[in-house]
Amino acid sequence: MVAKNLRVGVLALQGDFREHIEALANCQVDAIEVRRVKELDSVDALIIPGGESTTIVSLAKTFEIFTPIKKRIAAGMPTYGSCAGMIMLADHIVAAKEGQETFGGLDITVRRNAFGRQVDSFETDISAPAISNAPIRAVFIRAPWVENVGKNVEVLASYEASDGISHAVAVRQDHLLATAFHPEITDDYSVHRYFLDKVCK
Amino acid sequence: MAQESGTSRVKRGMAEMLKGGVIMDVVNVEQAKIAEDAGAVAVMALERVPADIRAQGGVARMSDPDMIAAIQAAVSIPVMAKARIGHFVEAQILQSLGVDYIDESEVLTPTDYTNHINKWDFTVPFVCGATNLGEALRRINEGAAMIRSKGEAGTGDVSNAMTHMRQIGGEIRRLTSMREDELYVAAKEMQAPYDLVKEVAANGKLPVVLFTAGGIATPADAALMMQMGADGVFIGSGIFKSGDPKRRASACVKATTFFNDPKVVGDASRGLGEAMVGINVADLPAPHRLSERGW
Repeated sequence: MVAKNLRVGVLALQGDFREHIEALANCQVDAIEVRRVKELDSVDALIIPGGESTTIVSLAKTFEIFTPIKKRIAAGMPTYGSCAGMIMLADHIVAAKEGQETFGGLDITVRRNAFGRQVDSFETDISAPAISNAPIRAVFIRAPWVENVGKNVEVLASYEASDGISHAVAVRQDHLLATAFHPEITDDYSVHRYFLDKVCK
Repeated sequence: MAQESGTSRVKRGMAEMLKGGVIMDVVNVEQAKIAEDAGAVAVMALERVPADIRAQGGVARMSDPDMIAAIQAAVSIPVMAKARIGHFVEAQILQSLGVDYIDESEVLTPTDYTNHINKWDFTVPFVCGATNLGEALRRINEGAAMIRSKGEAGTGDVSNAMTHMRQIGGEIRRLTSMREDELYVAAKEMQAPYDLVKEVAANGKLPVVLFTAGGIATPADAALMMQMGADGVFIGSGIFKSGDPKRRASACVKATTFFNDPKVVGDASRGLGEAMVGINVADLPAPHRLSERGW
């Protein structure tokens, strides 16, 4: 069950934040768009959507919400990031724009655009028993993968890429959840439910 | 488990990730880096921006693959490139280069005055221009995964972009108020497939992301298009034909995110230097109106 009166925000600087808000609405949660510090201050949990991580960082810095988000995450705010959001939550990133910063918090190393360019983007079913008994339809769009995980990070799902290696694509560490794929553009809300029921409690 | 590439969801989903962003025309690596630093969500790699195509005339074609590859190597954001309307071999080449989106664009000289590219044949997604809903739905029927209203490229005059956004939005709103038995005639009149007309009538929006293009030159122009219902904007000549591209690029990115906040858009508009000089669309002789290309 979703905690009563849980206020969830979706970072709405750029990307598919509306799809996350719709997914949350399907889980009976009215989420708000977060662009300002006062909006951030009014939420208990945050989702960082898909989009371009470089654009999101640039806007977050310009509008002085970068450090406040970083601090909230470090202080334990439940946060979920999909794709660009996963990059934003990672402590370390590779194949990034030179000097690209992240909010951090998740003890992982993420490779940006790891699966390749858009022509290599794909959808598939993946298995993530902690999230759902049924396979999850996962859409990977210029997606990252997780290259290294710290000892406190739980790998919820992995996928074998064309390099023949199985890479983590869904991870959790305490109050932080990240997926390399985009459940928000499918009608499977199990990842959002898992975030609300398990991560936000 | 089976992995599927090039599905509608994968192609349209890519455009979803660009929403709320600015896609900038760039002609070299230096400009591409300025665009990325300014917060562009993608760059459009081309040899001449529309204003120069207008000024110099001649046949405008797909860019040199070397130029596109150099830009792909220089930035981490998506790189788009243009193919001529109907020139499916240019599109095949662009796909083989691994561009992230192909723009089948009226800005280049058309190749086929009857048919557009069959975009279902490709794994790479396409964006196409439209001036009205029927044209948008014909392009979607051919496989376009993103639509941009055309405006009049290379002018710095946003009036046509406004006309096209009002036209597309107005036609969508009209469909939503129709009885089901009236949709058949609506489909006939707008020369669009009935199934897509019915889907738009039911959802009140296009089944793909809608950006605006053509003549956007200031942060206020970008915010205006966002308030008109665009999911994001393309800025072609407006940035790199202006006095201070770096500042203007960053200002347009801010205005696109905070389009509903006049204070932010106003602050972003300060001290940007000269905007592109521009041409009034009304002064363009008919053969030079790019937005009339597309069928």
